[in-house]
Amino acid sequence: MKKKNLLQRSIIIAVVTVLGLYIVIGPRHRPTLRDFTWAGIKASMASNIRLGLDLKGGSHLVMRVKTDAFLNELTQGNRAAIESAAKEAGLAPKEVRANTSGDNYSITLETTDASKLPEIEEAVKKKVDLGEWSVSRSGNTITWTLPPSAQRMLAEQATEQADRIIRSRLDAVGVAEPLVQRHGAQSAHQILVQMPGIQDPERVKQLLKAESKLELVHVVSPPQPSSVQTYNTEQEALASLGGTVSADKRVLPYAERDEPTAGGRAPTEPPKEKKWVVVDLPAIVDGSELRNASAVQTRGGAEEYAIAFSLKPAGAEKFGAWTGAHINEYMGVVLNDEVKSIAYIKSQIFDQGEISGRFSKQSAEDLALTLRSGALPAPIEYQEERTVGPSLGADSIRAGVKASVYGLLFVVGFMLFYYRGSGVNAVVALILNMILMLAGLIIFGATLTLPGIAGIILTIGMAVDSNVLIFERIREEIRTGKTIPSAVDQGFARAFVTIIDTHVTTIISSLFLFVFGTGPLRGFAVTLVLGLVVNLFSAVYVSRTIFIWLLSRKQQRVESLSI
Amino acid sequence: MIQVFTSVNFDWLAWRKVFIAISVTLMLAGLASALFRQWKHPNGTEAFNLGVDFKGGTVVTARFKQPPTAEVIRAVLAKQSAQDAIIQPVTDKPDTFLIKLPLKGTGEGESAAEVEAGGRTVRQSLNALGPEGDAFEVIGTDFVGAVAGAQLRNKAVAVTLAALVGILMYIAFRFEWTYGAAAVIAVFHDVLVTFGFFSIFQWEVSLTVIAAMLTLVGFSVNDTIVVFDRIRENRRLHRRDSLYKITNDSINQTLSRTVITNGLVFLSVLSMVLFGGEVLRGFSLALLIGVTFGTYSSVAIASPIMVWWEQRLEAANRAATLAGRPVPSGGRPSRDLQRTPASSPGMGKESRRAGRA
Repeated sequence: MKKKNLLQRSIIIAVVTVLGLYIVIGPRHRPTLRDFTWAGIKASMASNIRLGLDLKGGSHLVMRVKTDAFLNELTQGNRAAIESAAKEAGLAPKEVRANTSGDNYSITLETTDASKLPEIEEAVKKKVDLGEWSVSRSGNTITWTLPPSAQRMLAEQATEQADRIIRSRLDAVGVAEPLVQRHGAQSAHQILVQMPGIQDPERVKQLLKAESKLELVHVVSPPQPSSVQTYNTEQEALASLGGTVSADKRVLPYAERDEPTAGGRAPTEPPKEKKWVVVDLPAIVDGSELRNASAVQTRGGAEEYAIAFSLKPAGAEKFGAWTGAHINEYMGVVLNDEVKSIAYIKSQIFDQGEISGRFSKQSAEDLALTLRSGALPAPIEYQEERTVGPSLGADSIRAGVKASVYGLLFVVGFMLFYYRGSGVNAVVALILNMILMLAGLIIFGATLTLPGIAGIILTIGMAVDSNVLIFERIREEIRTGKTIPSAVDQGFARAFVTIIDTHVTTIISSLFLFVFGTGPLRGFAVTLVLGLVVNLFSAVYVSRTIFIWLLSRKQQRVESLSI
Repeated sequence: MIQVFTSVNFDWLAWRKVFIAISVTLMLAGLASALFRQWKHPNGTEAFNLGVDFKGGTVVTARFKQPPTAEVIRAVLAKQSAQDAIIQPVTDKPDTFLIKLPLKGTGEGESAAEVEAGGRTVRQSLNALGPEGDAFEVIGTDFVGAVAGAQLRNKAVAVTLAALVGILMYIAFRFEWTYGAAAVIAVFHDVLVTFGFFSIFQWEVSLTVIAAMLTLVGFSVNDTIVVFDRIRENRRLHRRDSLYKITNDSINQTLSRTVITNGLVFLSVLSMVLFGGEVLRGFSLALLIGVTFGTYSSVAIASPIMVWWEQRLEAANRAATLAGRPVPSGGRPSRDLQRTPASSPGMGKESRRAGRA
């Protein structure tokens, strides 16, 4: 019975240890002989453990999206749109005012003739998208108000949008492995950007803040139904212009969109080759004229999507005139000098328009997003910026490792001195604890930060506490005159209750840190929680198994225990 | 076998008034320091020396080829009208300096702009000592706006309080609510005393110090639980003994564990203070004090409070019984009894509980 139990325990421990050890020091590719040399193990460990910015160096930026400025601009834009819509309908209002004081955003239209109000409201409804606004009429005024819930929603959308713009811009800049995520409370509208390896974030900061360039252009091509004229190389495109680019033409790269699959799923094949097109200068309208864009389902096919966009009044006038004259010709959407999509003009487009093309839901949404992301929805402001040079990070690693190793060596020395033979148990448990904790970090993809190293050092403390509790208890039981096996049994059983209580309380407080804390608090909580959970296995289960083995080795009654 | 304490028989609870007097003195000293500094600002100090993390401002860490003195750096900074900069040499690395610019503006947009400008000012000033990258190298920067700083501060306080409530509930669930309350009071005491030290010595309170406070909360509760756990066990084994005696015995029985564990933790934290580098300094200092007082408080604060409270409840219970009120037969059985159905009920403990319902 005891033997079988021991075998089962040994197998579990062996499997967990080997697995943990492999996760920590093993390579992620098919292992070669080289991976088991000291240098190979070091390299594998370095690539397995994800280091935080404070250890590997890089920049950490927290920015706030000024959503109040966004709502303000939205209100002003709508005010202008309402005014021109009313004028167009031949119902010139006396005055259209925008009110953006405090947290209130409203637009008031005043006329001299109250009987015209329903007509005006109807006219405005047709021309201006005011879905989120609530309308009220009193006397000879109409007031559109943005309710708080809609304010929150729009502010949230603006932040979400800024988040995506920042992502795509970071991609464009070529920052390796950037981390972009929402930060703090939802209502704080903050975005955290971490850029490993970037030491002087000034350039990136300016780029993130910069306005981006969006244009709608005429693509030089035979009209629909023949497909759009593209060229495989820049030279070919130039050749079509006779070798030189005239002042009113431009050659631009074109990353062609994938066609949607029948089921509406995203295409699985890799993106197609880059092509080139020739476009007319100047652009028909540019991003400054864009008011909104969104993906919409076309009436025809269930799985076909188009992009609906709306322009500001001035842009709409220009665009309407141009599109009316160029039905069936091709129009391109250009973002930062790259053609993102080409579509043909079905009918004259004014304020509201659609870019059709057989878009899947995903690609239509993406495109609408890029359209909207032409410019940041609202100005952003940097609230926190931290940079760590690689040398400072390396210093911190060295200091942290040094402190951990000294702490560990000291503890090991003491345990061996004080508990003699049983001290070996504690040492085995401690080392296993370290290995499994690192394995846990890797499995959960958590990052190891400087406070994380502090958490490891504290785990050493808690781990050794468990052993001390158990050993002291066993000694006590031996003193009361129990036999060695029953003293060990009792010692573990009694100490276990205490260990569970102490571990659970610390895990509870660490969980609060992990869930609600930010940055450093989190890094600390991660290693501490992992270390404590692992400790229940290493300090209790493994240590107990070693005792069982020790006691079962001697056939006769055990008279003494090295403790 | 090497043994530190074999059979200690010390009457800890007899000293409770002394212990509590010491603790109250320490807490009052910290409080007095904080209040005095907040109102009078001697030498421009405040209640706490809040770091850039919480107050907003700029920190530039620079490493020099030929390390100048702090005065030289201060002089070049003063030329760029950054007189109030704090120049702090890194103790374990003589060529590295932390240059801190506290935040002046308070408005939201204003502070963000000021913090950004601060970093540039420091870099420009240092150029007077030689070109960047050649004579010196900026190896780290921290710019924190006032709003972000306040957010971090509020969050840290809220998270700590939430964690304490979590601990209180767990102990109340595992033991009794009096135990939980005593443990949390003891932890509060540790945090207050530690903060008191930070105010008195004007050590900088950074985000890592908050992490240390949370660790110390965990450790202090850990220690308290070890003692309480023993009390719970002893109450089951020695039903005739008074709570006073049981508590003293339990503290004595766990004393060797307390000394060994906390001694080891103390020494590993000490190794962090000595070798952990500048960044961890605040963390390890806070923890060093915290571990010391955490150990002390679980023996000297948590247990006396728990005993005092339980005795009061018992006295009230006895008074109620003497006054002739019948003891409700269906009174809440104690949890300890529920967990050990084998033990025989009705040995004094039950009557203590009975009147409480």
